[in-house]
This record gives sequence, C-alpha cells and structure tokens, in this order.
Amino acid sequence: MPAHRAFSGEVDTGSPQKMRQTQKAPSVDWDALSLRIVFGTLTIVAMVFLVAPTLIVLLTSLTASESLRFPPPGLSFRWYYALIDADQMQRAAWNSLVIAFWTTLISVVLGTGASLAIARSHARWLRAADLLFMSPLLLPALAFGFAALVYINRLGFSPNIPFLVLGHVVVCVPFILRTTVAALTQLDPALLDASQSLGASPWMTFRRVTLPLIAPGLGSGAFLAFMASFDNVPVSLFLADERTEVLPIHLWQQIDTNLDVRTAAASGLIIVFTLVLMIVTERMAGLTRQMR
Amino acid sequence: MRVKGDESSLALPLAAVFVAFFVAPLCILVVLSLHGEAAMRTWTAANYVKFFTDAFNYSILWQTLLLGVKATLVCLVFGYPIAWVCARSGARLQSIIVFLVIMPILTSVVVRTFAWIVILGRQGIINQVWLGLGAAEPLRLLYTETGVIMVLAQVQMPLMVLPILTVMSKIDPNLADASRVLGAGEWRTLWRVTIPLSLPGVIAGCILTYTACITAFVTQTLIGGARLIYMPLHIYQQAVGANNWPFAAAISVIFMVAVLVIVGILGAIGRRSETFARA
Repeated sequence: MPAHRAFSGEVDTGSPQKMRQTQKAPSVDWDALSLRIVFGTLTIVAMVFLVAPTLIVLLTSLTASESLRFPPPGLSFRWYYALIDADQMQRAAWNSLVIAFWTTLISVVLGTGASLAIARSHARWLRAADLLFMSPLLLPALAFGFAALVYINRLGFSPNIPFLVLGHVVVCVPFILRTTVAALTQLDPALLDASQSLGASPWMTFRRVTLPLIAPGLGSGAFLAFMASFDNVPVSLFLADERTEVLPIHLWQQIDTNLDVRTAAASGLIIVFTLVLMIVTERMAGLTRQMR
Repeated sequence: MRVKGDESSLALPLAAVFVAFFVAPLCILVVLSLHGEAAMRTWTAANYVKFFTDAFNYSILWQTLLLGVKATLVCLVFGYPIAWVCARSGARLQSIIVFLVIMPILTSVVVRTFAWIVILGRQGIINQVWLGLGAAEPLRLLYTETGVIMVLAQVQMPLMVLPILTVMSKIDPNLADASRVLGAGEWRTLWRVTIPLSLPGVIAGCILTYTACITAFVTQTLIGGARLIYMPLHIYQQAVGANNWPFAAAISVIFMVAVLVIVGILGAIGRRSETFARA
C-alpha cells in the first residue's frame, strides 16, 4: 500500500472504505481467523456427530425403565442382568466369537505369507494378485456372499461353518495385508542381510528379526480383521446354516421386530468390548499410527 | 537370487483361497446371470434385458449411485476439516482425534445403526428437541433418504478422514509458509496449495467412502426401511425373498460392474492428481 494513501486514510476517516483499510492492517488477521473458525466449527460438529451415537447407546442401556428413552429416567444395570438369561443371544455371541477367531487365525497365517511376497518380490503376477486381494474391500460384500452361496450349491454342498469362515477370510484378509505390507516396506533390509550373513536360516531370520519388527502392523491388522468378521452381516446372511446364528444378525432381527432394552444392553457390552480391545491394541501396537 | 523366488511363492496359499473361493464364485455368478433358471440349462440375456427395460429396476441403480454421491459429499465437507485440524495438532491430540474417528468404524455396524434409531425415531432425541422448540409435527427422519445419508456419513467418515490425513501430514509445511510469505492469505493458501496437494488423499477417501456407502446393506436397510430400496436390498430380496437366483445374479453383476467403473474413473482422476501434486 502506498504510504501517502495510508497517511491520507488516517486523516480522512469520512469514507467507509478507507476506514476499513486503516483498521485492518494493525489489528486482527480476519483471513486466518475466519478459516480457523470455519474449520474448527466443522471439526467440532463432526466429532460430536461421530461420538454421540455411541455415548447415547451406552446411556440408554443403563435405563431403569421398560422402554428405550433418552435421556433415561433413572440409571440401573437391570438390563445387563437380564442378559444372563438371554440364551439365544449368548449362543449367537459365542458363534460369532468362534468364527471371528478362526477367521483371524487363518487370515493372519495366509496374510503374513502374502504380505512378505508382495513387499519383497518383484514377480509380475503379484501386482495383479495384490489388486485381487484388496478388491473385497471395494466390491459389494452382499453380492460376494450370494455368489459364494450359488457356488457351494453348485458344488453340491449346503452352507456350513467352514465355508462361512472361508467367506469371512476373503473379506477380512485385506485389512491384514494393508497394515502388514506397510510395516514390511518400512523394515530396514540391512537387518535381514545382517541376520543372514551371521548364518541364520530364512525361517530363523523371519522369527527373530522380521516378525518382532512387523508385529505392531500385523497385530493392528489382526484386530481390524477380527472386528470385521465379528461384525459381518452380508456374508453370514448367505453362508451361515440354520443352526448357526451370528450375533449381528440376531441383534438385527431384535431391532427389526421388538425393540427392547436388552438389545441396548447387548450393544453396550459390544461397545465396551470394542473399546477395551482398541485400547489394548493402541497400547501394544500403536493402532492409530498403523491406521494412517 | 533363490530367496526372492521363494518369497513370491509365499503368496500362493492366499492366491489359491482367492481363486477357489472368490474368483470361482464370481465366475459362476456371471454364468448364472446368463441363464433363465437356477438349474442353468438354457443361455439367455433375458435377465439383463429385464433390468434395463424396467424403470423400477434401473431407477434403483440410479438412486443407489446418487445416494453414494450425497453421502460422500457430506463426508468430505466434514471429513476434510477434521484431517486439516488433526494434521496441525500436536502428537497427543492427533492420536486422540484418530482414536475417536476410528471408534465408530470398529463398533458393530448393527449397534451404530441401532443408536441412530434411538436418535432419529419419532420419539427420538432430535424430535424431542424439535417438539420442545415448539414445532407442531415431529420430523420424519427414520425411513427417509435424509436419515440414511446422515447415518452413512457418520458410519463411513473414518474412510474419508484417514487417507486425507495420511497425505496431508506428508505435505511439506514450507510450501504453505512460502505461500503466506508471498502474500497469499490463509484461504488462498488453502485453495491453491493445501487442497491441490492433498487431492490424492481426497480421491482415495472418496473411493473408499463411496463404495462403502452404496454397498452398506445393514445401514441402508435398517434406516431406510422396506420402502427405500437400494441395490444391496434389491439383490437380497430377489435372491431370498423372490427366490429368483438368475435375476439376483444379474443384478449383482450389474452392481459390481457399476462399482468397478466408478472406482476406475475415480482412480484415473487420482493418478492424474498425483502427478499434478508432484509437479
């Protein structure tokens, strides 16, 4: 700004435009402040929006009344005690835990091997395989679940637990690949050379050098895969047999038919269970670092 | 080197599982969609003709694709500021924000949707506040598209925030400083420096959010109810309700092709934005 205009502005305060010019320069930076206010407000609104539903379920599940009301008229653990008698829900929860356990175990074993290959080998077919392995994250899981049902029907089988676990492995293994490949690419190859030149076999190098160093990535991936299996609806809907009801589908039916407070209590338990596992994974493997 | 050869073979077990239990089922699905009956005797394109000549069918596809656009835009409007604020915070606040952002995606989707039923219902929290403010009629949110978009945005937000955050924390802070020193204001720096450089993360976030939103069977069905039909529910109703497997297979194939085409287009834009960001 030319000096004479600034000067004239200071003297002649009659015109509103000049007035704004003189006041702006020394005081607040409106440009920076407005950006901060807009982005800060959006962030706060979004964070409330993200966290509120979880808190509301937790509070609702502690209600002392017969109906789902928020805010609850009084607090009690009665609906959690009521879960002790909910046999069907307990069976469904147990089924889900067993299926998630086997899914995670198989996914970790197969996924670690595939991650090693993807991170270290330059074979051309692996680039295509990598895309294939990640595609269940993008494709509609419900269409895959239906396709798998059609397929095992053609093979002459009916839905059963091993097929259900295989179906879960397909949709859960991408989570393990993502975090484990990332951990492997950050590994210093000099450590592997050192181990090898000191006479360690490839297996020994893997167990004593590679595995401890990629454990945080692998652990975070395993946690994500476990939760994805525990929570899966679209694949279980088609591949679970009549006797094996899984928890999310059982809860869904409860929500659809009779919306009672026991559902809220079960949801509360799932939230607490998830939070505990998240905090453990965060402490042991730095989950929030692995997810970025 | 011998060791290298060994390592590529480590992917073989997973590749075998995928060929036998992912590629093969999808191939059978395509074959089934080209037949008139579940026993697969006569070849026909009738299922596809039926889908694209019936307005009811293709409007479901269109509504589903549109739903994804709307929910993704909401995620972007709220998700970008979260990533922007997070990238500028200290390490401790950063991990708290990321923790809170990923918590919804790890909590069971049925539980999250249930929470929203408590919030959006006729006697839900929003309506209690709304009626408390003196409104005569409760708002209809449950079983409406607005409700579905709100819930999808909350459920899928992490998929938008995380990729943007990854790219944004790698941007050299000197670039923004340089822009300011050269006289650009904060907004101008945002539009001309930060947003173009974070575009690859935005595109990656949009791909993940979009595909998650249009395929979110549980959320769409529980919040949308039986009258708002989107593609996943349509597939389910044809496969299980109507027991018309060939037609359900055709709808599945059409839906998957649509998803792949959109991912392909967004991916191509993403690659261009990456070369732009590097230039």
